[in-house]
Amino acid sequence: MADTLGINCYEPENEKTMSQSKNNDPFWWTLFGAGGTISAFFLPIHIALTGIAIPLGLFEMPGFDGLLELVRHPLSRIYLFAVISLSLFHWAHRFRYTLYDGLQLKHLEQLIVVFCYGGATVGTAMSAYVILSL
Amino acid sequence: MAESDRKEKSSKPPLGKERSARYEKFRPRRYRSRMPIFWWISKRAYVHFIVRELTSLFVAGYALFMVYQLYVIRQGAEAYESLLAALNTPLSITLHSICFLVLIFHSITWFNLAPTAMTLKVGGKRIPGSLIIIVNFLMWIVLSIAIGWLILSA
Repeated sequence: MADTLGINCYEPENEKTMSQSKNNDPFWWTLFGAGGTISAFFLPIHIALTGIAIPLGLFEMPGFDGLLELVRHPLSRIYLFAVISLSLFHWAHRFRYTLYDGLQLKHLEQLIVVFCYGGATVGTAMSAYVILSL
Repeated sequence: MAESDRKEKSSKPPLGKERSARYEKFRPRRYRSRMPIFWWISKRAYVHFIVRELTSLFVAGYALFMVYQLYVIRQGAEAYESLLAALNTPLSITLHSICFLVLIFHSITWFNLAPTAMTLKVGGKRIPGSLIIIVNFLMWIVLSIAIGWLILSA
């Protein structure tokens, strides 16, 4: 209906009309989906512990040596890299369409694409460097 | 963009069946009305939609903060202690609490959408969406406890 009228409108109540139905690039969408899932599962506990519960004194922060040993474990490195890089690509894809639809910036497409996916790529490279040199 | 729109609107319909190439080039395929930037503020459902989409900023922001935390750990015990001191300030706790609420919103909306993003079938029968949502939330709790336990017992 909206399409025949030619009005570029969104129907947020119908949740299917989120970003995925609007793009035809399966590669970016896969990263977006994987990043959305992994960040939904894992980010809240990290922020709750290190940012809130431990500073408030509900738990005791692990000592430096133990923490270093933990993050140096190969599985931890894979985990950290997956959480960080996929979260960034989740942002890249979703934010791209937020700018298109929310701010009506479709005409800046090239700039937005470079900024979003480029930014996520740079962040991923940074995280790879830090994680490998721990 | 606005200029090309004007061009489209100003082109006149052709006379007769044969249309000139020039006309086809500028023929308006459909009418597009320009949306104001804050089109979404008028309705609660639209605000919900925009807030949900904007959670991605916090997801990326915290991912970058995790890179910074690892960078600090890499620098040694002294840098780590000063990061802990910085985290233990009212400002930091407030910012982290806001970020936490936004990320919780992301998690909840994401898990609620899981059945629309994928349909699982077992023995030809579709698994009900509510079951997928419940399993997601249970997994979230279990994984959070597991990660929390790993960090605290380090």
